[in-house]
Amino acid sequence: MTDELLAEEFEEQPPAETPQPSQNFPSKFNGLKGAIGPLITTVIAFLMGGLVVLFTGKNPIKVYEAIFKGTGLNWFFHVGNHSARIPFSTAHMWFPFDTASVAAQNLQQTLLLTTPIILTGLAVAFAFRCGMFNIGGQGQYFAGTIFAVWIGSSFGGMNPLVHVLFCLIAGTIAGAVYAGIAGILKATVGAHEVISTIMLNWIAIWVGEYLFGQQGPLQNSTQASIPISNDIVEGAKLPVFWGLKLLQGLSIGIFVALAMLIVYWIIVNRTTLGFEVRAVGFNPEAARYGGMSVARNYFLAMAISGAFAGLAGAIDITGWEYRIGQNDIAVNQIGFIGLAAALLGRNTAIGVGFASLLFGALINGTSGRQLDPSIFRPDLAGNLTTIIQGLVILFVGLNLTGVVAWVRKRRRA
Amino acid sequence: MTAVAARIGKISWTHPRTIGVYGIVLGALAFWLALPPLAARTAALPVVVGILAIAAGIWSWSRDEHRVGGGAIAAGLLGIVFGLLATRSSSAHLDQVVVWSALGAATLRYATPLTFAAIGGLFCERSGVINIALEGMLLSGAFFGIWGAIWAHSWAGNAAWVVGIAAAALSGMVFAAIHAVWAIHLKVDQIISGMAINFLALGITGYIFIDKYGDSGTPGNVGDFGIPDIHIHFIQSWYFIGSILGSLNLMIWLSFLLLLGTWLFVFRTPYGLRLRAVGEHPRAADTVGISVYKTRYIAVISSGAIAAMGGAYLSIGFVHSFNEGMTNGTGYIGLAALVFGKWRPFPTWGAALLFGFSSAIADRLPDAYGNQWGTLFQALPYALTVIAVAGVVGRSIGPAASGRPYGKQ
Repeated sequence: MTDELLAEEFEEQPPAETPQPSQNFPSKFNGLKGAIGPLITTVIAFLMGGLVVLFTGKNPIKVYEAIFKGTGLNWFFHVGNHSARIPFSTAHMWFPFDTASVAAQNLQQTLLLTTPIILTGLAVAFAFRCGMFNIGGQGQYFAGTIFAVWIGSSFGGMNPLVHVLFCLIAGTIAGAVYAGIAGILKATVGAHEVISTIMLNWIAIWVGEYLFGQQGPLQNSTQASIPISNDIVEGAKLPVFWGLKLLQGLSIGIFVALAMLIVYWIIVNRTTLGFEVRAVGFNPEAARYGGMSVARNYFLAMAISGAFAGLAGAIDITGWEYRIGQNDIAVNQIGFIGLAAALLGRNTAIGVGFASLLFGALINGTSGRQLDPSIFRPDLAGNLTTIIQGLVILFVGLNLTGVVAWVRKRRRA
Repeated sequence: MTAVAARIGKISWTHPRTIGVYGIVLGALAFWLALPPLAARTAALPVVVGILAIAAGIWSWSRDEHRVGGGAIAAGLLGIVFGLLATRSSSAHLDQVVVWSALGAATLRYATPLTFAAIGGLFCERSGVINIALEGMLLSGAFFGIWGAIWAHSWAGNAAWVVGIAAAALSGMVFAAIHAVWAIHLKVDQIISGMAINFLALGITGYIFIDKYGDSGTPGNVGDFGIPDIHIHFIQSWYFIGSILGSLNLMIWLSFLLLLGTWLFVFRTPYGLRLRAVGEHPRAADTVGISVYKTRYIAVISSGAIAAMGGAYLSIGFVHSFNEGMTNGTGYIGLAALVFGKWRPFPTWGAALLFGFSSAIADRLPDAYGNQWGTLFQALPYALTVIAVAGVVGRSIGPAASGRPYGKQ
C-alpha cells in the first residue's frame, strides 16, 4: 500500500485539460445544463442505431415507432374521460387515462423493468460517488434474487407482510454482504474493485446455475427435469396495484424504487456519511488528512451500493418473476443496464430515474412480447438495444469540451 | 544448459522458500494420490500428506516467506479436501472422469482462448491502458472469424480459415482502435470505454448473426474449412504425451509460439522495455524521447488483434459454430488469468492452464456425478482470482500507470 501512495504523491498533477472523474460526474445536478450532455448522447446513440437498422434494409423511423408503441409511453398521449378503480379497493374514480388499454399494459411492463434498473443504477452511482467503479451490480442483483427466492418459497405459513419484508430485507443484506467482499478487499489490501466485482459477478452466475440447475439444492421439488426454482408462496408476493397479477401487472415495487431515489439523494447530499463518501471519492488523500477513514468509507460505500442492487433482485422476485430459472440467470443483464443508466444519469438521483425509464422502455419495447415481428424481428431489436446501450456508454463518458479542445489543438498544429 | 545448471546450483535446498515449494508440491500430491492410476482408497493418505504440506507452509510462512508459505497452506488444504472427496467416490466414477490424457488435451483446448485473451490484455495493460474489453474483442473475433471463413469458402476452399483469422484480427483491431482513441486521446475513463466495447461487440455480433444466420444458425460444414488440427505422427506414438500433443489444433501450437514471442519481446528487446516504461512511468518515458501515445496505440491495437484471434479459435477451431454471446465470460477469465499471473507471460499461461483444467474437469464431471458439480466447478477460476487479488498468495499489483490517461506537457 505504502509504495503505491508514495508513487501517487510523487506523480505530477495532470494538466488542467485532463478531465477528472469528478468533473465528468458533477456532484450537483446543475439544472438543465447538466442534462444537455446526456441528451445529446442519447440522440447520437439513437441516430447511430437508426443507421444500423437502415443498413439492414429496414425503415428506422417505422422501427422506432413500433418500439415506442411497445413501450406503452404513448399511454400519456391519450387523454380522455375514463373511470379507474382505486388500488386496493372496489371504489372507482374519474381518471384522465384509460387504465385498462393495451398501452396501459405495455406501460406496466416498462415500469416493471424500470424498477430494478433504477436500483442497480443507484448501486453503480453510489460507488461512483466514492470514486469506485462497481461493475458487480449483476452479481449483487443475483445475490438478492437467490435469497428472495429461497426465503419466499419457504416459510409457507408466515404473515404475508412479515414474509414479503423478510424477502426484501434478506435480498438487500445479501447484496450488501456480497458487495462488501469487494469493499473489504479494496479497503484492506487495496484490491482493484473492478477486478474483484467482475469475478464476483461470475461466481454469482455459476453458483446460481448450480443452485437452480438439475439436482441443485434449490431446484423445484415437483419437476426434476426443469432447471427452475420453486415458486414463492402467495404471501411473499408484493401487492399488484395496476393490472392483473396473472398478466404481470405493476407491483408496488416501483414505489420502493422511487423512494430509494429519494433515500439516495438524502444520503449523498444531506448526511455526514454522504459527505465523507463524496470527499473520499473526490480526493482520498485530502479526506485522510481531514481525519476521515478512507478504508471505512470504501467498505460502507460498496456495501450500501450492493444493498441497492440486492434490493433490485428481491423486488424482481417478489414483484413479478416469482421464481428463477437457470435460463434467466444466463440472459439477465439488469446489473449492466444499471451501469448504463448511472452513467447516462450522471450519478444524480433524478438523472438515474429518467435514464432508467429510457432503458426500461427500450428493453420492453424491443422485447418479443411487445414488438410486432412483421415490422422488425424482436431478436434483432434486442441486439439493437444492446448496441444503443453500448453507444450511450461510449459517448456519455466523453467530455465534449475535451473533444472540442483536442480538435482545436489539431487545427492549430 | 549452463544457465540452467548455474541456476540449479544456486538453489538452497533448505531455504524457507524452497520448503514452501515442497509444501505446494505435497499439497498437489495429496490430491493426486487419491486419483487414478494410484487411486488410494484410504482417507488417511491424502490427510497425512496434506498436513505435511500445511506444516511446510507454516514453517515457511513463519520465516517471512508469506507468498510461498501461504500457497503451500492453501495447496495443503485444497489437497485434503479434494483428496477426501476423491477417496469417498467410487473408483468407477473416478476412472470415468480422470483420464489424464484426455484431460490434458482438453485443458490445452480450453486454455488456448484464455491464453490469447490474456496475452492480448498483457500488451494493453503493460502499456498502461486497462483492458476489460477482452470479452468483447474475443466475441468479435469469434463472429467475424467464422463470418470471414464462410465468406471465403467459395473461393479459398479448405484454406478459408486463413481469411477467417485475418477477418477476426481485423475486427478486434477496429474495436481496440475505438478503445485506444477513447482511452488515449479523449482520456475517457478506461473502464467505461471498455464496458462500452463489450456492449457494442455483443450487440453488433448478435445483430449481424441474427440478420445473416438467424433462422438456421451458422452452416454445419464449418468444420471442413475450420482451423486444421496438426497431426504429428512420430509424437503420437509416444507414451502418454502422444495422446495429448499428437493432434492439437494449429492455434494451440501458435499460442505456444505467441507466449514465447511475447516473453522475448516484452522482457528481452528494447521495444519491450519501452512498452513497460510507458506503462510504469509515462512521464519518465516521455522525457527520454519515447512516444507515449504511439506506444500505447500500437499496444492496444495489437492487443485487440491477439484477443480476437483467440475468439477465432473458439468459433472456427474448436466448436465450429457461432451463437449470440458465445464467449460467455471467457474474456473475463482471460483477464483473470492475466491478474493471477501478475502481468507476466509464463505465470499468466500457468493460470490459463489451471483455469482450462478446471473447465476440462467441469466438462467431464457430469458423466459420473451429475450436472450440478460440473456447474460449480466453472466458478473456480473466478474464486481463485478473488483470492489472488486479496493477497493470500502474494498480492497482484499491475503496472503503475495502468488506467491513467497521459497528458503531454
